[in-house]
Amino acid sequence: MTDVVIIGAGAVGCATAMELSKYKLSVCVIDKESDVCEGTTKANSAIAHAGFDAEPGTLKARLNVRGSEMMEELARKLQFAYIRNEAMVLCFDEDTSGLNVLKERGEKNGVKGLSIISGDEARAIEPNLTDEVQAALLAKTSAIVCPFEMTIAFAENAFANGAEFRLSTEVTGIEKVDNGFKVKTNKGDIEAKAVINAAGVYADKIHSMVSSTPLKITPRKGEYMLMDKETVPTVSRTIFQLPTKMGKGILVTPTVHGNLLAGPTAVDIDDKENTATTSEGLNEVRAKGSLSVKNVPWGKVITSFTGLRAVGESGDFIIEESDAEGFFDAAGIESPGLTSAPAIGEYLAELVSKRIPFEKKADYIDTRQGVIHFAQLTDEQRDELIKKDPAYGRIVCRCCTVTEGEILDAINRPLGATTLDGVKRRTGAGMGRCQAGFCSPTSMVLIAKKLGIKTEDVLKNGVYESEVR
Amino acid sequence: MKSDYNIIIIGGGPAGMAAAIGAKEAGEDDILILERDSVLGGILNQCIHNGFGLHTFNEELTGPEYAERFADKVRELGIPFELETMVLDVTPMSDGRKAVSLISAQRGAVTLTAKAVILAMGCRERPRGALNIPGFRPQGVYTAGTAQKLVNLEGAQVGKEVVILGSGDIGLIMARRMTLEGAHVAAVAELMPYSSGLKRNIVQCLDDYGIPLLLSHTVVDIKGKEKLEGVYIAEVDENRKPIAGSEVYYPCDTLLLSCGLLPENELSSGAGVEIDPRTNGAFVNDRLETNIEGVFSCGNVLHVHDLVDFVSEESKRAGANAALYVKEGRKGGREVNVTVGNGVRYSVPSKINTDALPELTHIRFRVTGVYKDASIIIKSGEREILRRKSRILVPSEMLDIILKRDKLADVTDDINVYLEEVQS
Repeated sequence: MTDVVIIGAGAVGCATAMELSKYKLSVCVIDKESDVCEGTTKANSAIAHAGFDAEPGTLKARLNVRGSEMMEELARKLQFAYIRNEAMVLCFDEDTSGLNVLKERGEKNGVKGLSIISGDEARAIEPNLTDEVQAALLAKTSAIVCPFEMTIAFAENAFANGAEFRLSTEVTGIEKVDNGFKVKTNKGDIEAKAVINAAGVYADKIHSMVSSTPLKITPRKGEYMLMDKETVPTVSRTIFQLPTKMGKGILVTPTVHGNLLAGPTAVDIDDKENTATTSEGLNEVRAKGSLSVKNVPWGKVITSFTGLRAVGESGDFIIEESDAEGFFDAAGIESPGLTSAPAIGEYLAELVSKRIPFEKKADYIDTRQGVIHFAQLTDEQRDELIKKDPAYGRIVCRCCTVTEGEILDAINRPLGATTLDGVKRRTGAGMGRCQAGFCSPTSMVLIAKKLGIKTEDVLKNGVYESEVR
Repeated sequence: MKSDYNIIIIGGGPAGMAAAIGAKEAGEDDILILERDSVLGGILNQCIHNGFGLHTFNEELTGPEYAERFADKVRELGIPFELETMVLDVTPMSDGRKAVSLISAQRGAVTLTAKAVILAMGCRERPRGALNIPGFRPQGVYTAGTAQKLVNLEGAQVGKEVVILGSGDIGLIMARRMTLEGAHVAAVAELMPYSSGLKRNIVQCLDDYGIPLLLSHTVVDIKGKEKLEGVYIAEVDENRKPIAGSEVYYPCDTLLLSCGLLPENELSSGAGVEIDPRTNGAFVNDRLETNIEGVFSCGNVLHVHDLVDFVSEESKRAGANAALYVKEGRKGGREVNVTVGNGVRYSVPSKINTDALPELTHIRFRVTGVYKDASIIIKSGEREILRRKSRILVPSEMLDIILKRDKLADVTDDINVYLEEVQS
């Protein structure tokens, strides 16, 4: 019997697996997709929030601030992209009391480095802010992060410490058995002493398989536009808007890859698979983004996408042991879920330990060797690397300077990429201005060779039919 | 390995090869071609259809055949080239030379130097993301050139039921190619009221196979979460906005995009080359020299061509001019601007040195729409240099006006290129 089964390999599932893999426990992560990071985690604002948004006393507030504190060290040890770029919340109203409310809330939550500055002071450090900006809350601890790399790093670290991953595996039911649960999947059953539900927008469905208490998760659609890499950044901080009568507002932010990102919209929907963009949504992103920032290069959009936030009914994260003993929910993990993920992992481990006592491993590995990012190396480092392995001397993705060596590493490493999107999230190949026009044929050939399939059968994303049994 | 050259050519496609030949034939021996692919020839290698070389060789060749003629010549002339070599940066140095930083398995990460650099990197396709088409992002949406590479070079079967958005030449060629591969091409939708591809391709690739060309139509929605299931095509009004209620659903597993080509000028911009927003290529003078002394540009990285023959001709000139630059330095003298007026979108060059005119000067441009019985006028001040009546002018065909030296010899005012329309 497995000690803990985690359903869902997003940021929360993988962070929890990583946390639990520090202990003498058997851990198994299940996901219906062929890769980790395929749901809410892959399409969001990619912000490590400072923590001034959530109401003091809530789980959101506590776990956000804790997650934000943990992130920098994790990024260093596990090698994922993280930049503490600061954030601003803009106020367009002469009455700037809304900013004071945020600042006080943040301070109650334990957020450091908050200050209110005038519109001119804001424009002095971010010259592209519009003249309509009256004042701003400056948050020094806000950061941007690569959600793909972060989640993959958590997963790889968990794997290195003994966690098992069963991908392309869909949970079809859960039965209560003696001392635990039988988790039924399309690929057989797994018995577990404890189950953690980190299924994102499907957390309600998984919850209802064992629990009699109601839980409802509403997918909230958020559309984004991503612009080409910039030599001179339009903004260097993450620019939020103070919520107004007009709605929550959208953000404009640089990404860790040097692109500019604008979004999200916020529309509640029923369909948990509806990640389509709409012309109304994209128009809204453009219109609202231009309120904050002038000269947004809307003509240089390289892609647009939709993410679904998993919204619960209470307004707070739902992280607790359910009425079924040994079944834990991590549900309603909307923003700031990405930031909170490592703290959610810690918290869940604490909850699980009350049910199954466990002790620390002596040989836990707390670091991870990431995929080398050739583009970020110095010429000397590049030269040395090419001499060691000539595959690093062959550039496959021209826009982002990704080499064959990196793509092979992404494919061959444990929990490696099996799809084009998998390669993209691990290496950045295909993230650039040509959107994989040049590199996808080569990536497809390399994946096909590894998997022993035909080039045309390589998937962009999703599950290989041969994997469905 | 040698690291200092008189001329470094970035790109070993049709432009780069012709530039090298042009430089060599002008007497320059110290040349190096840098090519990112594993063979010379660039995009021509995947263009296995015929129709290349009518102007250059008076015969119809396939893309690889056309490329091979030039590659053979490069080898015959003993011009050195290095493959699988990616240039990452070009920087002008204080002594007038240019530093060219590159990556290759053979050299590692090194910086070469050159007196002159010829930019010949070609262009890329406008991707789906840049078109802002709403909907899902499933597998099965390819730019036409990517699909062409998969089908022609990787031997992959891309799809069975196909819709094509955009009537660029590669899209038209791929409509026929996919049909020959056993796929069914349901339609080619074009946003504009005219095609952006050559007339001959519409006849030979669409009409001959009964594939409908829907002018003033576009894709307004993409269906299918993981794999493409279908697209909605709608008619657009004169402002290119979709007309509500005109949507028609086309079930398909493949959507090919042929919606424009963009010169790949990231290297050029990095070097400080000024880019013309109309062409997305460099501003050049009649020597095809950019604002940076000794940096030349030619082929599709300068402006997108529709015929490779024109690329070869232009690039040969760039090569010869670079050779001249190495020998004599930048030509001084009076430069007049070339400006465009009614009906003309851009011109290459944008400056002409009238004190050092070559035997023949080319002015290349495209018109902004479809014009019937209009006259092309080239004027300097009050002086009319050229007037040429044309039965039909279309944006998809680049125009090439060749002026003899005496036509421009004593010109001092800006040269203006425009169309005179017939009064109806």
